[in-house]
Amino acid sequence: MKKILEISNLKKNYHTNNEEVCALNDISFDIYEGEFVSIVGPSGCGKSTILSILNNIIDKSEGSISILNGYKLAYMLQDDCLLPFKTVMENCLIGLRVNNNLTEESKEYVIELLRKYGLYDFMNKYPSNLSGGMRQRCALIRTLALKPDILLLDEAMSSLDYQTRLNIGEDIFKIIKNEGKTAIMVTHDIGEAISMSDRVIVLTERPSTVRSIYNIKLKSKSSPINNRKDPLFAKYFDLIWRDLNG
Amino acid sequence: MGNYSIEHILFLKKKKREHVIVVFFRLLILMIFLFVWEMLAKNGIINSFVFSCPSKVVKTLLKLFSGGTLFSHIGITFYEIIISFLLSSIVGIAIATLLWSNNMIHKILDPYLTIFNSLPKVALGPLIIIWFGAGINSVIFMGFIISIFVTIISIYQGFISTNINYITMLRCFNASKWQIFKYAVLPSNFKNIISALKVNISMNLIGIIMGELLVSKKGIGYLIMYGSQIFNIDLVITCIFILAIISYIMYSLVNKIK
Repeated sequence: MKKILEISNLKKNYHTNNEEVCALNDISFDIYEGEFVSIVGPSGCGKSTILSILNNIIDKSEGSISILNGYKLAYMLQDDCLLPFKTVMENCLIGLRVNNNLTEESKEYVIELLRKYGLYDFMNKYPSNLSGGMRQRCALIRTLALKPDILLLDEAMSSLDYQTRLNIGEDIFKIIKNEGKTAIMVTHDIGEAISMSDRVIVLTERPSTVRSIYNIKLKSKSSPINNRKDPLFAKYFDLIWRDLNG
Repeated sequence: MGNYSIEHILFLKKKKREHVIVVFFRLLILMIFLFVWEMLAKNGIINSFVFSCPSKVVKTLLKLFSGGTLFSHIGITFYEIIISFLLSSIVGIAIATLLWSNNMIHKILDPYLTIFNSLPKVALGPLIIIWFGAGINSVIFMGFIISIFVTIISIYQGFISTNINYITMLRCFNASKWQIFKYAVLPSNFKNIISALKVNISMNLIGIIMGELLVSKKGIGYLIMYGSQIFNIDLVITCIFILAIISYIMYSLVNKIK
């Protein structure tokens, strides 16, 4: 497999008036094309910080990040962040608009995505008309519109209730696999991480480093929900649980 | 009501009845007020030379109307209000945008804004007259200076409380400051701007009338001042009525923007 992203010795300090807090202390890992990788860790360990740094929202303190030439990143946040005063279509186009990339072709692509993922009939409706799951799909299409290669999912489903979460996890997973994207997901839900990922990266408490990396080998490559029934699921869960609480 | 169910028809009737009751009592209050006032004056319980009375107000109104000067006074006041309202709205929104776009500028200017906002602007009256002359410019500036700071502060407050998620989302797409403003801040602040403009309108009215009382030779405020100087209370009260109507019209106009 092709290595498309390499993070080495990443370090991040936060500064306040009275102190300097080290959030990330020496984080290194690689990402290969087509992988689904989850990052789990104790709360406040700086999982999301890694994604923010990757997406240039905040600056790193030390270390290096190298992305294979021509590969694009896109970020998906915890909240769906749909603008309530714009239609579903306009919401999906906003990234293209902001990047001055809105062409007939890109618009066609968005319409195709909307059709494929069941939002075509809601194109001219407002986000308030969508269910939680539809909103999340809409947010994903907005991100996919820019044709990124690597998706960064920051607790993308954590604002939803458990049942919706499972369903949307299934949805999002299928869409990402279907579109052939690489994904890095930050989550606090161990089950979600194991059921969706090819690899799970476990971080330590702050100042965090990589504690362990698990290659997840579950039977189903297409359904996270089915993976939860796999006997190995519990084994992985146990290992990661022990890492986090050890 | 062709296809409505009986329940819905009853609902509509109830709504209509409520509306009728509201309008009836509104008018009733006004009628009672005018009637009592008129009776008190007529029976000599209050001195109509000092307190005036509705019939005298109507007479004064007709006299002003037939004299032909009424509309030029109203026109001047309207003109002053509209100019100062537009000025303070446009400048206010522009400055609020500038403060939003650069936090450093906001930090630097914040104490000045607070001081000017809390300063009783009437105190500037004499200075304004010296600087802008004893005329319409002074009046407009008075309206402007009274409303501008409140406008800036309330619109700015709305801008900075824009849902942070929208801004982060746009930043994830590498949006520029201007794009964030255009796609998230401005549209999500529409209601807030309207309500700031409503406050602006009433502040403007205060400023304009104060300006007219201080310095003008025309306008409703001038008529009030003139009326009080020659002890024509009928004129003063008539003008206050006209003023109430003007402010109601201005307020409704801003409400219409939606």
